[in-house]
Amino acid sequence: MKILVAVKRVVDYAVKIRVKPNKSGVETSNVKMSMNPFCEIALEEALRIRENGVASEVVAVSVGPAQCTETLRTALAMGADRAIHVDVGPTTVYPLSVAKILRAIAEAEQPGLLILGKQAIDDDCNQTGQMVAGLLKWSQGTFASKVEHSQVSQEDLDLLPVGGTLPDKDIFGIIIQVLLDKEKQIATVEREVDGGLETICVDLPAVITTDLRLNQPRYATLPNIMKAKSKIIKKIPLEELNVDLRSDFEVVQVTEPPKRKAGMILSTVDELIDKLKNEAHVL
Amino acid sequence: MTPSRAFGFLLARGRGRLFLSRSLDLLPSQGLFYTHGKLVAQSSKHYSGFSRELDPWKCCFTPSYLGVIEGLKALVTVNFSVLHHRPFSSASTSTKRNPYFSTVSLDDVRHFVDILGHKSVIQDEDRLLAANIDWMRKYKGSSQLLLLPKNTEEVSKILQYCNTRCLAVVPQGGNTGLVGGSVPVYDEVIINLSSMDKNISFDKVNGILICEAGCILENLNSFLANEGYIMPLDLGAKGSCQIGGNVSTNAGGLHFIRYGSLHGNILGLEVILADGTILDMLTTLRKDNTGYDLKHIFIGSEGTLGIITKVAVLTPCKPSSTNVAFLACNDYLSCQKLLAEAKRDLGEAISAFEFMDCSSVEMALTHIEGVRNPLPTSLYNFYVLIETAGTDESYDRTKLEALLVRSMEMGLISDGVIAQDLNQASSFWQIREGVSEATGKAGAVYKYDLSLPVEMLYSVVEEIRTRLGNAAKVLGFGHLGDGNLHLNILSANYDSKILAQIEPFVYEWTAQHRGSISAEHGLGLMKAEKIHYSKSAENVNLMVSIKKLLDPKGILNPYKVLPQSLLQN
Repeated sequence: MKILVAVKRVVDYAVKIRVKPNKSGVETSNVKMSMNPFCEIALEEALRIRENGVASEVVAVSVGPAQCTETLRTALAMGADRAIHVDVGPTTVYPLSVAKILRAIAEAEQPGLLILGKQAIDDDCNQTGQMVAGLLKWSQGTFASKVEHSQVSQEDLDLLPVGGTLPDKDIFGIIIQVLLDKEKQIATVEREVDGGLETICVDLPAVITTDLRLNQPRYATLPNIMKAKSKIIKKIPLEELNVDLRSDFEVVQVTEPPKRKAGMILSTVDELIDKLKNEAHVL
Repeated sequence: MTPSRAFGFLLARGRGRLFLSRSLDLLPSQGLFYTHGKLVAQSSKHYSGFSRELDPWKCCFTPSYLGVIEGLKALVTVNFSVLHHRPFSSASTSTKRNPYFSTVSLDDVRHFVDILGHKSVIQDEDRLLAANIDWMRKYKGSSQLLLLPKNTEEVSKILQYCNTRCLAVVPQGGNTGLVGGSVPVYDEVIINLSSMDKNISFDKVNGILICEAGCILENLNSFLANEGYIMPLDLGAKGSCQIGGNVSTNAGGLHFIRYGSLHGNILGLEVILADGTILDMLTTLRKDNTGYDLKHIFIGSEGTLGIITKVAVLTPCKPSSTNVAFLACNDYLSCQKLLAEAKRDLGEAISAFEFMDCSSVEMALTHIEGVRNPLPTSLYNFYVLIETAGTDESYDRTKLEALLVRSMEMGLISDGVIAQDLNQASSFWQIREGVSEATGKAGAVYKYDLSLPVEMLYSVVEEIRTRLGNAAKVLGFGHLGDGNLHLNILSANYDSKILAQIEPFVYEWTAQHRGSISAEHGLGLMKAEKIHYSKSAENVNLMVSIKKLLDPKGILNPYKVLPQSLLQN
């Protein structure tokens, strides 16, 4: 089984960002860029699934400008087998366009799992994973905080009544019925949702988006960095994919949030009442 | 039998010994112990004492002996629970309090209040306690007065007054020094410059910053980062240390290999001399060959020649790209060869080259939270951290990768990781910077800071290890790029037997190999009598002459840096 991992090149998490003077966006020139932290977690999960023997190949894909190859090199250095780069030049691409591109790639590569980070730290959209699952009509397990991949064995399948559920002590909560098709496999995804943790089983192929506590990404060790130099980064031009990059919306202005005013130390209760009445207007 | 000897005799017969410093001249030859209990020092101004006993006990002083000692309290209750045995080395030195110095009187306090205002004259016990103890909790003074001047004129007036009154003073900044140079030995007045923390000006074109001596290094870095510059030095203590202290101790730090010494980066100073004279050397000129360049005398003088109040620093541009690699080597020889390769291949891009041995990294991983081993697959003997800093990230990254790949092929490196983003880079640095912090948590630590030829750097660690055997754990780490070893010896408790095995062996060994017994920490109190291991008699004599010229009464930071015997007259 192949796993496709989508990674995004973003402003490094630790950098203090600034808004451009013309308010058209965030300053990205001369600023350190790295792989989106959630994408690192996604890649780490894919590598672990491969190391468990369930998958045979991990392919990293990135949509962005020419410098994305650096991010893909990092992905290869962490252990991905090969990489695909869709060069869209310096234009910003929004989630729907990225989802369409990923659909095209997934249809070409036919992976069993498409793993993405739950959101990118530069736009915080949290849309791409869900959109691509919708476009592909695949099942999705989003905000994954634990992923277990189980292969339904022949014996288990034989034992199941038609339309029955698979007895598994680890699964609690909602269990989706397993189809008896012997080729199909399932993934068990534990999701972090507002109410707590939800565990679902999803048919494969599926889209999984990763949340923070899923794993701790590995470091890129030197031997792997050396090996990565010989791995291929395939460039796919946009025209081949027949995707329209035109966006449905336009960013009008980007401004910084108003600076927090320093607190004041007051000396009497009267002063407090006065301020609450006249300045804060809450009384 | 003199009263003091009689008193000592009586005390010794009691169920424990109460050590009194100062007035009685009852200085023990061994260390005093400070335990985590109530300090005996009550509001009496004239003594502070510590008990060595483990059991809680009560000590009563009979009035007849009290009559001998001015101002002692009648009843002292002491309750101890021992967590650590820590001798306060201040009293373990053989130096007696110089009787020539006056003691602080009420008139003096009133005078200081007139100069500084009430808020800047501190006699509160808790704040005094914090100012009297150094960062390592190894040295404790008994000052009764802490002053917080807000500007140069106030410092000048304070010193003028202290000079006429013959009151000894200790200039203090962030109090992060490691050789006991920032805390009083006896009752010296502490002049703490923390209130003088203004940025005065910044030349954006040349990157020249003028600021007061009390500015904290990390705050200066944040200010400069906004302008696109950084401070030329970086140390683990940056959150607390102040630039005045850094200059007084000629601090080295992590980026010494790239930006060089403070002697090169400090363009000007404003210094207050012992008699209150304001010496204005605060030039921002890069080149000024008019007469003798006096500021260099004060850089590294550890507060014994003058108090630095303003600093003009040449700040380098903030490098837009840094790359950090954490590497593992099998033996020290590989580390040395790696250093040579790195200097050659990385050239001007190299900005740090640190090494740690296996025990140091283990210590950091165990005691510091949130730190994980970047190379968990096996335990290696040596770890090296290399940082490059430059303007073009991919260019530097290519250079670094090429260096590392070649070194791996040559067998110099067994394994390594390159940080892929800033978080990973800072986690590597956390390991290196955490080693010092971790040593403080392990119990008693003896720290030595040696400059040695690179080939010999680790040999001293191995020799000490052989000498101490199982008695103590020996760590070696430091700035390999500058030939600077930090030798730390950890044991459960401070023990004079262990100390005897270390000193003077370590100093003699260093002297034998023409190294320095203090690469960057300074002499302070810890090595005040040891200067002869690294400097010849003629050198020291000239230093003494300069000291006597600039501070004839010897009030500035006494008992430190230079040997007492040469300063007494």
